[in-house]
Amino acid sequence: MIDLADTATPAAAIMNEPPYDELVLEARNVDFFYGKNQALFGVDLPVRRNAITALIGPSGCGKSTLLRVLNRIYALYPGQRAVGRVVLDGEDVLHEQRRLPWLRKRVSMVMETQTGADPIEEEQVLRVGTDLARLRARVGMVFQKPTPFPMSIYDNIAFGVRIYHRKSKAEMDEIVETALRRAALWDEVKDKLHSPGLGLSGGQQQRLCVARGIAVEPEVLLLDEPASALDPISTAKLEETLVELKKDFTVVIVTHNLQQAARIADYTGFMFLGRMIEFGPTNDLFLQPKSDKTRDYVTGRFG
Amino acid sequence: MLGRDFLRNLVNRLFITACLLATVAAITALVFILWSLVVQGIGGIDLDVFTKDTPPPGSEGGLLNAMVGSLMMCAMAMAIAIIVGILAGTWLAEYGGHTRYGAVVRFLNDVLLSAPSILVGLFVYELLVRPFEGFSGYAGAVALAFLATPIVTRTTEDILNLQSHALREAGIALGTPKWLVTRKIIWRAAGAGLLTGGLLGFARISGETAPLLFTALNNQFFSADMTKPMASLPAVIFQFALSAYDDWRRLAWAGALIIAVVVLSINIIVRFIAREKKHA
Repeated sequence: MIDLADTATPAAAIMNEPPYDELVLEARNVDFFYGKNQALFGVDLPVRRNAITALIGPSGCGKSTLLRVLNRIYALYPGQRAVGRVVLDGEDVLHEQRRLPWLRKRVSMVMETQTGADPIEEEQVLRVGTDLARLRARVGMVFQKPTPFPMSIYDNIAFGVRIYHRKSKAEMDEIVETALRRAALWDEVKDKLHSPGLGLSGGQQQRLCVARGIAVEPEVLLLDEPASALDPISTAKLEETLVELKKDFTVVIVTHNLQQAARIADYTGFMFLGRMIEFGPTNDLFLQPKSDKTRDYVTGRFG
Repeated sequence: MLGRDFLRNLVNRLFITACLLATVAAITALVFILWSLVVQGIGGIDLDVFTKDTPPPGSEGGLLNAMVGSLMMCAMAMAIAIIVGILAGTWLAEYGGHTRYGAVVRFLNDVLLSAPSILVGLFVYELLVRPFEGFSGYAGAVALAFLATPIVTRTTEDILNLQSHALREAGIALGTPKWLVTRKIIWRAAGAGLLTGGLLGFARISGETAPLLFTALNNQFFSADMTKPMASLPAVIFQFALSAYDDWRRLAWAGALIIAVVVLSINIIVRFIAREKKHA
């Protein structure tokens, strides 16, 4: 049994509601840098299992950046770095042991003697490794614009599965069907599974991306403004899909659309200028915001 | 008094007229070249051109050995250029392009892109002809590959850079290793563009004479042996066009027309592929 008092973190302390479900993913005190520009300042984000967590805030406030820290997609770009902790199922996934750890250690020791040791940096270097690709398989991501791969609908979904599992044709057929059903796309595409994914409409493409993301059975699905390029009907369908997905997955969604957050999210975080201003159950955040900034934003006074 | 609008209109018209004149000048030159090529070349084109080898002066003959030689050397050159060029372009676009070493590689590639082809010929002469004591089709193919590779490298890098970051990130976000994202997603998305690069490279080398003079030399007989000197269309045109014999000169015109038609067709195909891609 976990003792709740012991696991209470600053992030959890912001929470004013008791329903303390299991945290599947948690960001603790995360700073993020684009080169020399700091974009996140000590951000905490608890993500509860089988819930939808929404991130809202004006453009440039760091919501997407935070999302990109959670599966470390930022690591593709040299010059971007994160400091702090991201804990997935109790394991810190933000730091990995570098290749040639002994060399690193020496270099960092030399650096320390020259520049004065930074305890966090040191910890970072020595942290035990995480396989990045496997981490990303456990944390799925859907982007602002639909990104179907240049292949058939079927292969779009089978692609991610094939990387880690060898499946028979029948098993794969079933995985594809299940994923498409969960993403509420099956009825629309079941007769043209082998036609190109790029031939679908924007809304269908986005649900295809959701299906592709959940086919690998991730623990968390991250969505970065998934509905911003969609018309209202497609958006409504996508939202229904997300609410359905909550049963099996955990969803984190970045959105500019406050109504969308209010409609589907169980928890909402309001971010401003790289800080997490307020985090809590969606109703509380919208109806009884503790911070003036939050109130101004959710009532439409700025942003 | 003349208004400001009048002046502005006048400058506008002058500028448009200047643009128009420049365009007309360029197109006139091109049409003139093509026209004389067709007029002079069409008379020389008959079945013999495609079925007989280059003749001694004063007898019947064609360009078969030259065409076969050109095709073989170009094919081999393209095989090298496509493998090296696509891998190098991919490295520049996906992996090392932002490093200092990447910048140096890109710069050198651009230098190679505009290197005088006769220098490439001399270089390969020193590299493959002198050490092996003989001109050969292989040396010719390597010289042509040196010319085509930078083109393929450049187009590959440009095309891959056009692919959206989101597509790469979507692949990575599924837990795909980066090399698989490149191979299975990015290359596939860029397929038409990569093909375009290859065709442009082919169009470039199919008319090259200078690099072949020092490497494959020429051969007045039919030979498909790439270890021996090999005939090629550009080299035969060069030799025949400078000769004093009317029948040789007629064959040279015919050869020039054939190359022009091939290059033109390739360019049109490239346009077509590029347009298909845009509509897809």
